[in-house]
Amino acid sequence: MSILVNSQTRVLVQGITGKEGQFHTQQCIAYGTQVVAGVTPGKGGQLMDGVPVFNTVREAKEQTGANASMILVPPPFAADAILEAIDAEVDLVVCITEGIPVMDMLKVKNYLAIKNTRLIGPNCPGIITPGECKIGIMPGPIHTPGGPVGVVSRSGTLTYEVVHQLTEVGLGQTTCIGIGGDPVNGTGFLDCLKAFNEDPDTEAVVMVGEIGGNAEEQASAWIKANMKKPVVGFIAGLTAPPGRRMGHAGAIVSGGQGTAEAKIKAMQEAGLHVCEDLGSLGKLCKDVFV
Amino acid sequence: MKIHEYQAKELFRKYKVPTPEGGVSDSVAGIKDIAVGLGLPVAVKAQIHAGGRGKGGGVKLARTDDEVSAAADAILGMTLVTKQTGPEGRVVRKVLVEKGVGIQKELYLSIIPDRETACITIVASQDGGMDIEDVAAKSPERIIKVPVNPVTGIQGYHLRQVMFGIELEKPLMKEFSAVLKNLYNLFVDYDCSMVEINPLIVTDDNRVVALDAKMDIDSNALFRHPDVKEMHDPNEDDPTEMEAAKYGLNYINLDGNVGNMVNGAGLAMATMDIIKQAGAEPANFLDVGGGADAEMVENGFRLILSDSKVKGILINIFGGILRCDVLAQGVVQAAKKIGLSLPVVVRMEGTNVEEGRRILADSGLELINAIDLADAAKKVAGIVA
Repeated sequence: MSILVNSQTRVLVQGITGKEGQFHTQQCIAYGTQVVAGVTPGKGGQLMDGVPVFNTVREAKEQTGANASMILVPPPFAADAILEAIDAEVDLVVCITEGIPVMDMLKVKNYLAIKNTRLIGPNCPGIITPGECKIGIMPGPIHTPGGPVGVVSRSGTLTYEVVHQLTEVGLGQTTCIGIGGDPVNGTGFLDCLKAFNEDPDTEAVVMVGEIGGNAEEQASAWIKANMKKPVVGFIAGLTAPPGRRMGHAGAIVSGGQGTAEAKIKAMQEAGLHVCEDLGSLGKLCKDVFV
Repeated sequence: MKIHEYQAKELFRKYKVPTPEGGVSDSVAGIKDIAVGLGLPVAVKAQIHAGGRGKGGGVKLARTDDEVSAAADAILGMTLVTKQTGPEGRVVRKVLVEKGVGIQKELYLSIIPDRETACITIVASQDGGMDIEDVAAKSPERIIKVPVNPVTGIQGYHLRQVMFGIELEKPLMKEFSAVLKNLYNLFVDYDCSMVEINPLIVTDDNRVVALDAKMDIDSNALFRHPDVKEMHDPNEDDPTEMEAAKYGLNYINLDGNVGNMVNGAGLAMATMDIIKQAGAEPANFLDVGGGADAEMVENGFRLILSDSKVKGILINIFGGILRCDVLAQGVVQAAKKIGLSLPVVVRMEGTNVEEGRRILADSGLELINAIDLADAAKKVAGIVA
């Protein structure tokens, strides 16, 4: 078992004919993901690496039964792409694009609230159920199928680091989700934690946060009240200077809010096993989970 | 992207948010001319991208011609230090001269996006003219926050919540409503990440006027605001950070001596943290991004080496989109072009890692290999110790 995606997931790629879109579509297919359609307006009828390309998401979904979308389109057009997928009632939308204006995401988030589509991202590496389905840009081979650990993170490459260490110590993963580094995003820590809590094959969770906002604090409070499984937590940005945006649009300590210290404290108070040294995260997980 | 007060006020006037009459100049003669045109008294205001200008001596009221000259001499060219500039301060290159207005009351008004609720939040207080963080600490009940859903936009009840919340007198409500509504529209139309008026004043003849103006615009949205893009003032930027931005790199200078180059913001932060935990201090944050190519890596190298504080370098790459072989080529290319004057610890993992390691090994360069992150931090900390 896993959460959100598995071997049955049928994926369409928005922006499939772009440089990034083409490369990552090939990577996903090579990993075993069922990529059933692509969408690039004006290029309908073409084939891209054997995948049929359509002009609209609605058409692609109707023709191929796609139930998930991976979005790799440039930022000025990304909100349009997400809204098109929501309107076509695609169940799961994974938006990789970095640099979408906040005002666009405010509209998207409010539209999501009245629709059934789940959005992961934007500005994220995507989601992977190892051995079954990869929707995103993460390197597949570092993952180990079969669980028992679920991973949820605000980062990209930091997630790879965590997954790599889990694999090195012999801990496989059920599903790994990058929720993205933007201030306004779709799925948050809470939704992922709830899903992992319900998934019978997920026995433990690693949660990776960073400075900015208070999503980690909220998630910690929920874990304390509801989580049936052990959680290892890590927060990046202890050395980040206040008032500076640390690469991710959402990673900023402002007015004393969103510090790594506050998040670590919240995690400790909620009973999470806090990893204080990224170099030993794998080892800590082995100690706690096995 | 921040813009200057005088630029923000140009946009305010375009949206019918009243401001005092005024003009901007970069010369003493120009300042005097503007003052003559406006009539005395005038406010002479330093234009830099930081708050707290008044306390630092960057804002002066001039009641006579001599006071105008004295204020212009003092402010133009000064290095203004405020609590937001840091100890190095900023050089004042432009000055805004505004006609003095009689103040009856000072209010506070700002608009910011809220990441939790996905709303646009109006923040207002009847305690304007002072630091809003001080108001928040002393009397939080005097700060009103009204969230506006961007789908509905601003409605009459939002305006009323704000106005009753700050106990605004009835005769002022019509004018205040217009100001707030126009400011909200400006915020949305221009993709702002912050608009702040502190103080928003009620003049002694009962007009609502923006005495100050701060605007920050979402850099990701500049593609649809060419007029704002032109307002960018390169003098306000850190030169190294600007150079980095030109190459598509994300660089922030820090105080330590371990230069580091990482792909991805989260891993870059975590790498800085682990350098500190190993007993050293990071000299920078440098995220070469997910889609970096060999040339970007080379430019990143150049940036790190341009910082004379740096005594050792840690490269930490987890190959995803940025493949290890591409990184390795960049490192070799850069090292051969600019010369490797400092010890470099390289830690690589992920896509095409074997190929990347082979390129480094075959390069003939003296690089220090690390087996994992903990090892890398220990090695680089040992070098600079």
